[in-house]
Amino acid sequence: MGKTIAEKILGEHAGCEVRPGQIHIVTVDVALVQDGTGPLAVKQLQSLGLEQAAHPDRTVLFLDHAAPSPRKELSNDHVTLRNFAAKTGAVLSEVGDGVCHQVINESYVNPGDILIGADSHTCTGGALCAFSTGMGSTDVAIGIALGKTWMLIPPTVRVEVTGDLTPGVYSKDIILHLIGTIGADGATYKVLEFGGPTIDAMEQSERFTLSNMAVEAGAKAGLIAADNVTREYLDSRGRAANFREIGPDPDAEYERVVEIDASTLAPTVSFPHTVDNTRTIDEAKGVKIDQVVIGTCTNGRLHDLMVAASILRGNHRHPGTRLIVIPASREVYLEAVRAGYIETFVEAGGLIVNPGCGPCVGVHEGVLADGEKCLSTQNRNFHGRMGNPKGEIYLSSPATAAATAVKGELADPREFLS
Amino acid sequence: MVLKGKAWKFGDDISTDHIAPGRYFHLRSNLPELAKHVLEDADTEFAGKVQKGDFVVGGNNFGLGSSREHAPTIIKVAGVSAVMAKSFARIFFRNSINVGLPALICDTDQIDAGDDLEVDLTGGKIQNKTQGTVIEFTPLPIVMVEILQDGGLAEHVRKHGDLQLSCDLPEK
Repeated sequence: MGKTIAEKILGEHAGCEVRPGQIHIVTVDVALVQDGTGPLAVKQLQSLGLEQAAHPDRTVLFLDHAAPSPRKELSNDHVTLRNFAAKTGAVLSEVGDGVCHQVINESYVNPGDILIGADSHTCTGGALCAFSTGMGSTDVAIGIALGKTWMLIPPTVRVEVTGDLTPGVYSKDIILHLIGTIGADGATYKVLEFGGPTIDAMEQSERFTLSNMAVEAGAKAGLIAADNVTREYLDSRGRAANFREIGPDPDAEYERVVEIDASTLAPTVSFPHTVDNTRTIDEAKGVKIDQVVIGTCTNGRLHDLMVAASILRGNHRHPGTRLIVIPASREVYLEAVRAGYIETFVEAGGLIVNPGCGPCVGVHEGVLADGEKCLSTQNRNFHGRMGNPKGEIYLSSPATAAATAVKGELADPREFLS
Repeated sequence: MVLKGKAWKFGDDISTDHIAPGRYFHLRSNLPELAKHVLEDADTEFAGKVQKGDFVVGGNNFGLGSSREHAPTIIKVAGVSAVMAKSFARIFFRNSINVGLPALICDTDQIDAGDDLEVDLTGGKIQNKTQGTVIEFTPLPIVMVEILQDGGLAEHVRKHGDLQLSCDLPEK
């Protein structure tokens, strides 16, 4: 019987053939926690007398959610993680280094790995063909200390994407369309495996956006085959030697196949307060927006900033709309400076926030006022997400966000294409 | 083991942002304080009125969103003895068991707010004393039963020094 990508990777780490529905102990290659989940993980290991990391050089503690710290309680949480790193030899990603899901893939994750992270968007690593999944603090703590965890082997849903995206439409629109179609629980406990000619031709940055949002359909992982695009990305990161080709067998068994013709898609927006509440831009246009956010682990990479800058160049934000831009990592920030994108954003009336999670988690750097509407390139628009349950959050691609910043209302980026 | 208490009813898609709002991010290392805001964005009165032993009863996709283990933890700290829903988001479900909070999948349409419930955890049944009905819940995987019986994942590792779970054996 043929295997899906998930069954191949999980089987390698269980040391045996695996099938959906079985439960196995698997080894863990890479683990991450962040400043919202890491302190509890450390506390658990301290109480167990297990302050250790099985693979310290691939255990990474990120200060990204509240960075730099806006409150003394969070400053103390940061110290907890710094001390744990010093004691165990684990890697500390400091304030300003970037969002965990960006940095972990820039520097640590390889095809065929198992990555567990105490953050739901750990699934981003699936775009490098690593079985990457989010878990809670205690699960990841035990994974860090013992180098293993238990897994229920999930069934796989194949998302087969054909057709070329039309100008102004991006992978973010594919994933919002998919979640709008199958629902916010459409893949609960399952793996989404993205493939087909459109994915084969898609560059790495856009692939990360797809995998990042797999959890918004409830999925455990969002996997993409390791191919030449993966190889080139790893090569550019100095990790060419870690590449290996991995893909599903031709006779792999899927629970379901969802087909998407990318050529028929339009810019898509999620309306409050669930990600699956999607509309095409034609149905969405005209909603007045108070704040636009471009960045986060979903869409804060250089390619995203390039797309946004191309629309904002020579334009200015609408006087009634604030524009916040957050590069996803220190490296993205530096490259965006060198490419002139940052200058474009500043000239367009935007403000730049240091690499990190920014206002997405509702801690700081852009908390909404009562009744305000925000369009963000982030992955989640739940009630209260950005720090105020009386705020409303809309989700889109960087292109739609940039067009909206100029117009002051939900706008079609295709009107800005030259 | 039998649990007794009143039902607190919630709708579909209760997210971890409803349960443990991000604006209280700074309280994550102070669970008793964080628990004073549990489920605040779904029901502002819940945290002040919930009694020890009560049940949180949701609809579909309960606990969607973030991996924050603080969400099931503060439900437990608030005194709740079990969470019931038609379906749970994956990470919340796993976290609940890991922190020793039973998460039961059942037809929650048969439960109204304020109903008196008795849950037989090992027998797989919920008695709705108010309505005089019996609701069955989906049995947990054996691995999760083992973790729950040890009092959560940390206690399991404390007891066994390792993961000692009844996983599937490799096929010959």
